[in-house]
Amino acid sequence: MSDADLIIIGAGPAGMAAASIAVQGGMRVLVLDEQPRAGGQIYRNVGNGAPRGWLGKDYAAGAGLVADLGHPNIRAEFGATVWRVEVGGRVIWSQGGISHISAAPHLLLAGGAQERPTPFAGWTLPGVMPAGAAQILMKTAGLLARDAVLAGSGPLLYLIAAQMIDAGAPPKALVETQTRAMMLRALPSLPRAVLALPTLVKGVGLLQKIRSAGVVRHTGAAAFHAEPNDKGDIAFSFTAKGRRHRIETPLLLTHQGVIPATHISRAAGVRHRWNHAQQAFEPIVGPWGRTDQPHIHIAGDGAGIAGADAAQAAGALAALDILHLAGRIGEDSRNQRSTAPRAALTRARAIRPFLDAAYAPSPEILAPEGKTIVCRCEEITAADIRQSVAEGANGPRQVKTATRAGMGPCQGRMCEITTRGILAACGTSPSPPRARTPIKPITLGEIASLQEQNA
Amino acid sequence: MTIASRFQPRPEGALRLTLDGAPLTAHPGDSLAAAILCHSGEASRTTGRDSPRTAFCMMGVCFECLVEVDGLPNVQACMTEVRDGMAVRRQMGLRKLGAADV
Ligand code: FES
Repeated sequence: MSDADLIIIGAGPAGMAAASIAVQGGMRVLVLDEQPRAGGQIYRNVGNGAPRGWLGKDYAAGAGLVADLGHPNIRAEFGATVWRVEVGGRVIWSQGGISHISAAPHLLLAGGAQERPTPFAGWTLPGVMPAGAAQILMKTAGLLARDAVLAGSGPLLYLIAAQMIDAGAPPKALVETQTRAMMLRALPSLPRAVLALPTLVKGVGLLQKIRSAGVVRHTGAAAFHAEPNDKGDIAFSFTAKGRRHRIETPLLLTHQGVIPATHISRAAGVRHRWNHAQQAFEPIVGPWGRTDQPHIHIAGDGAGIAGADAAQAAGALAALDILHLAGRIGEDSRNQRSTAPRAALTRARAIRPFLDAAYAPSPEILAPEGKTIVCRCEEITAADIRQSVAEGANGPRQVKTATRAGMGPCQGRMCEITTRGILAACGTSPSPPRARTPIKPITLGEIASLQEQNA
Repeated sequence: MTIASRFQPRPEGALRLTLDGAPLTAHPGDSLAAAILCHSGEASRTTGRDSPRTAFCMMGVCFECLVEVDGLPNVQACMTEVRDGMAVRRQMGLRKLGAADV
């Protein structure tokens, strides 16, 4: 029995756009999202109506997508953690400690991205957080950092700095890892990026805002180190322009870009590959979001990082293709209706080669050394992992077995990519690590009660 | 040593909770992790090796935000909305998570 014609995992821009098109085409849609509300991370909490103008116009634009989820043929479940996806379209998800099984002939994975982990000495201390986490606190709780320092690289760092300035909580400093050489390497991609001119113009505007707010900026920063001072604040030191700098701050916010969240797609058996330009694993998807698993489409940042506008367009394309595969629209109609989203996708993606080159993650964060913790759950250091490689571990499985890195509750979400970076730095080219079911920790009791329901 | 919140103070919230017995207030819609971060800059758990941690990713990925809520251990505070009267405890030392293979 099918509970829906289509199950969508993730209610961000890709999932919401797809849901809306699928119901317009006559489908019954089940949307599952782990967060308490629709919007994904980009439009997080946008439907809540709190007056937070400092988050900007792009953020407010998500409200329309969220409103579309109110369609009577969309059942949207929040706080719903998917922990198993089976071949054949069954999805098992947990909500409030109770597991449910849903089935549909089509499944769209739209789980989006996570921030790239940023390992350096001291990154586990209270007072060090990802910049994206601070932005979530702004969006969901109106919580503003005190005298924070933003450190790392990527366009999101500028956006967050600008939002903090507009909210009256400007950062104390902006410490960027990208170098002049990286910017030069990115220049050949600039002409293509002009297709995404509004995005470029916005970026320049953010930089101007940061400059006129008088925020101190360092670039080419390296050798991050954080330690607690006697007040419990963070003493953050780094090298820039050949000199060591030290800044004290209650909150150090780091960022090195985002990577696709691939635990669900990997556990579902979809083939993945390494994207060298983005330094991340991604599922292999075709122009309509199809994968090598017959019932599974993937759209949005979970299929490769391209941002919210691209995600919304890719969600629309996947939904049109699913309507076509389900026999609800013809191939011609699918192709015709795809013109606008296809063009939007091309425009939105045009800026990526430039951004990927200009704001590539810093090498010492990709493959740290020494006592820097890599696996936060099991407290495994870079030296532990390097030693296991020296002793013969030549892939993610062997490193995991030898060190326990990745065996904690986050199931490798915070360390797999770093383990991969270290393996690559040691001369191997590892395949994507396996993701096992349950994809998120679940109690034995919950599994047992599910088996009773099905008995 | 008490460590001040790393965030600017907000107006008092309408919901009343306790953290290790001490009162704290929160606003409807706050995640429990946000309420704790707004209240204090201290660790909300320690690891098996006694190293201090607070909520980190705020999106359900890292499991650094685990606390005990009304007697139930290993609650992901960043994914839990506050309720009036919640009794929250910091989790000190290692707690086994009920993860299982199926
Ligand atoms: S803060 Fe990362 S899972 Fe809660």
